[in-house]
Amino acid sequence: MKSMTRIKTNQRLWTTVFFLAAVVILAAVTAAGILTEGYAVETDFSQRNLSPSRQHLFGTDWMGRDMLARTLSGLSLSIRIGVLTAAVSAAVALLLGTASAVFGGKADAAISWCIDLVMGIPHILLVMLISLACGRGFAGVVAGVALSHWPSLARVVRGEIIQLRQAPYILVAEKMGVSKLQNIRRHMLPHLFPQFLTGLILLFPHAILHEASVTFLGFGLSSEQPAIGVILSESMQYLTTGKWWLALFPGLALVLVVTLFALLGERVRRLLDPSSVHD
Amino acid sequence: MKHRLGFAGKKLIRMALLLFGVSIVTFLLMCASPLDPLQTNVGQAALGTMSPEQIEKLETYWGVDTPPVERYLGWLLDVARGDFGTSLLYRQPVLTVIGDRLASSFWVILSAWVISGVLGLTMGVMAGASRGKWPDRLIRGYCLLISSTPAFWLAILLLLIFAVWLGWLPVGLSVPAGMDAAAVTAADRLRHAILPALTLSITGVANIALHTREKMIDVLESDYVLFARARGESEASVILRHGLRNVALPAITLQFASVSEIIGGSVLVEQVFSYPGLGQAAVTAGLGSDLPLLLGITVVTAAIVFAGNLIADLLYGAVDPKIRKGAARG
Amino acid sequence: MKPILQIKHLSVYFTQYEQDRRFFSFQKRRIAAVKDLSLEIQPGQITAVVGASGSGKSLLAHSILGILPYNSHMEGEIRYDGEPLTEKRAKKLRGNEIFLIPQGVTYLDPLMKVGEQLRKGKKDPNTKQCCRMALERYGLGADVEEMYPFELSGGMARRVLIASAVTERPRLIIADEPTPGLDARAAKRILSHFRELADEGAGMLFITHDLELALSVADEVVVFYAGETIEKAKAKDFSDAANLRHPYTRALWHAMPEHGFRASEGTQPYAGNVRKGCPYAGQCSVCRELCRTKEQIPLIQYRSGEVRCLYPDEMR
Repeated sequence: MKSMTRIKTNQRLWTTVFFLAAVVILAAVTAAGILTEGYAVETDFSQRNLSPSRQHLFGTDWMGRDMLARTLSGLSLSIRIGVLTAAVSAAVALLLGTASAVFGGKADAAISWCIDLVMGIPHILLVMLISLACGRGFAGVVAGVALSHWPSLARVVRGEIIQLRQAPYILVAEKMGVSKLQNIRRHMLPHLFPQFLTGLILLFPHAILHEASVTFLGFGLSSEQPAIGVILSESMQYLTTGKWWLALFPGLALVLVVTLFALLGERVRRLLDPSSVHD
Repeated sequence: MKHRLGFAGKKLIRMALLLFGVSIVTFLLMCASPLDPLQTNVGQAALGTMSPEQIEKLETYWGVDTPPVERYLGWLLDVARGDFGTSLLYRQPVLTVIGDRLASSFWVILSAWVISGVLGLTMGVMAGASRGKWPDRLIRGYCLLISSTPAFWLAILLLLIFAVWLGWLPVGLSVPAGMDAAAVTAADRLRHAILPALTLSITGVANIALHTREKMIDVLESDYVLFARARGESEASVILRHGLRNVALPAITLQFASVSEIIGGSVLVEQVFSYPGLGQAAVTAGLGSDLPLLLGITVVTAAIVFAGNLIADLLYGAVDPKIRKGAARG
Repeated sequence: MKPILQIKHLSVYFTQYEQDRRFFSFQKRRIAAVKDLSLEIQPGQITAVVGASGSGKSLLAHSILGILPYNSHMEGEIRYDGEPLTEKRAKKLRGNEIFLIPQGVTYLDPLMKVGEQLRKGKKDPNTKQCCRMALERYGLGADVEEMYPFELSGGMARRVLIASAVTERPRLIIADEPTPGLDARAAKRILSHFRELADEGAGMLFITHDLELALSVADEVVVFYAGETIEKAKAKDFSDAANLRHPYTRALWHAMPEHGFRASEGTQPYAGNVRKGCPYAGQCSVCRELCRTKEQIPLIQYRSGEVRCLYPDEMR
């Protein structure tokens, strides 16, 4: 019996520690980015094109801007946009997935058709198109990423609810005259929550990566903003002259942040899935 | 057999409807754009110096003065006749532009698709067979890291290493800059295609490897693998004879269904390497508000994606003995 | 005669994870599926292990074959042909001398033709010949070799699985619930095949939940209750309830159709939940204080059989 308690607390403890650490790191990066935003766009032509040193850990660019400050601001922007778009996407997914499963018939067919449609266009093209429709910029990116990432989670929600609806206790509740909506709210959503949470967390990495990608292509945030996509796109012009630090550190920092989100999602997923305990 | 044909027919109709939907959505999104194609492409200053007649001519050229519904219907009628219109930026028929671009993208995408598929399958089988041990951990770690890496940054990194530092491979484009088209050899083309294809292969592995791993674990815990072991089959035989056989079909299906991701990745990668492929044309068309070209590219890309899905569906029927034999009888 | 298989004090444990009521937490539990099992099988003899479904009897088969799943382990001793059956030795013997006959068609690879599966990847004419003869012995033609498992009927699948055991000369056959879903006549036919194999000199371990079926073919019966062997008896002991040693075995006897179909009350405790004392204490009519408090009830020799009971005389 002793070993049983130990494993249990271990799992919970680790997850809690990891969760808190990840949240603290991400929050710190976000806050630091907001604080350094002014510094990130400050030019100093006496300090141009410096390779990394103690004074400028990530070096400076051709306008003498500190790359560390720019990277932090960029990450902060990415995280905020990522959280916003993932939340909107997840809400859309929950709504459409639930509607599809509960109303069935024509509504289900229509929503499934929309899911297929959205999945048929490569993500990046769709984000580009939506961003164009909104006139690019912040609004364009947010709309683009938010409106293109819901289909896979919507499918999960739909499948899960359809399965839950067959559960005896739901059928009984329906027979007893509990209304459809109440049934969803009281009996189905709580069961859906773990799956949904995992899906939501795993949306962040995608959202952040797509934000950076469309910005990199020139369909996202404007070039005045210190976004990672902008930084990397600008760095392209200086690569052949050997200014590697312009591309390496900002990209690496982005990879680390996204990995943190992905690890978080993975941990939550594994905790909810007993069969993966042995991994 | 009749049943299978009916199945394929239904799928084809659904596909056509979806393509129709894609074209409407793309058209609507582009029409909704507040960006003025004249200002984007001609520039505010140049417009200021033009006479009203000149501006009107330009507006007609960019289609700004035609009502959207009329414009879409016109486009649809033309498409029915096999004409996707003329690219406003390249001043060539859209189909010609797409054909040229697709030709240079095709081998890059195809090789990346095949390599990532084979590599992903192998990695997935290895990870699943060594569940919880270090090869599994290594492969899962790689997949996690690579799916957290933006494709374009990986492309920049490879460019930095192989083209700038080591100087082994060219920095970009599909042919040496300034060289006469006739003088370009196949070897030149290959050298220029290596980095884009490599980037796409590296990033394409993660998804299929993780799916194959899950499936492999299921197979290894199945009754029939237990019985195979009980009959004295070696672990290698279990993995290769039973594991691979049962894992290959879902993996191939998945790979056909994930054409969309590799095309999406090619948009970014081609941009980094200035590789004149379909993806780069899409970016150019988007930035320049070239509606006919972007519409054409989106529809063609979606058609390729849907075709991939259709092949995946049909393949399942053709390879799975249950469906194949059932169809042959019924 | 020298026994082909000897099992002494075998216990098989497996670890299970259960999700807690709260999110994000699991309980790890170590469950004894088989507790302190001892038995012997002579060549030409069929020993039946009878116990309720889902009580982990399959793990007994897996531990003999050395193919226990990774989340389980065994304690105790298994001897084959007089020598300890180590994992290495089991690896060599399974499929050559020791054979498993599993439950049903799910034990065949759904994507591989029957013949190919029985040949285990070997392509030499000798193997082909053996495979052909094994199938023919059970009335399965050459066309069956070219079939996929889903094309087999239930009875055919069962015969294919038995045929897989006679592709070589078996010395020990472990049949794990080989007859579920078959009607009485088909089941009896399968059992007659078993008798035949035993008469040819193979020792046989027959794992089943069906006492009646076990009695129709077995020479010796080991009764399982909540993972523990509670009685070892000769098949002929079952001709009269008075010969039986354990109250649970008697209850089983009374539950058989020809003895009145009287079902006993109460349910069998889940193997994992049994802590100490006699697992049958809750339903036993002559249960005493010691039956509940004693850590482990020993298996004792009693009237030319064995029984795990502190007061077998009370039964008389």
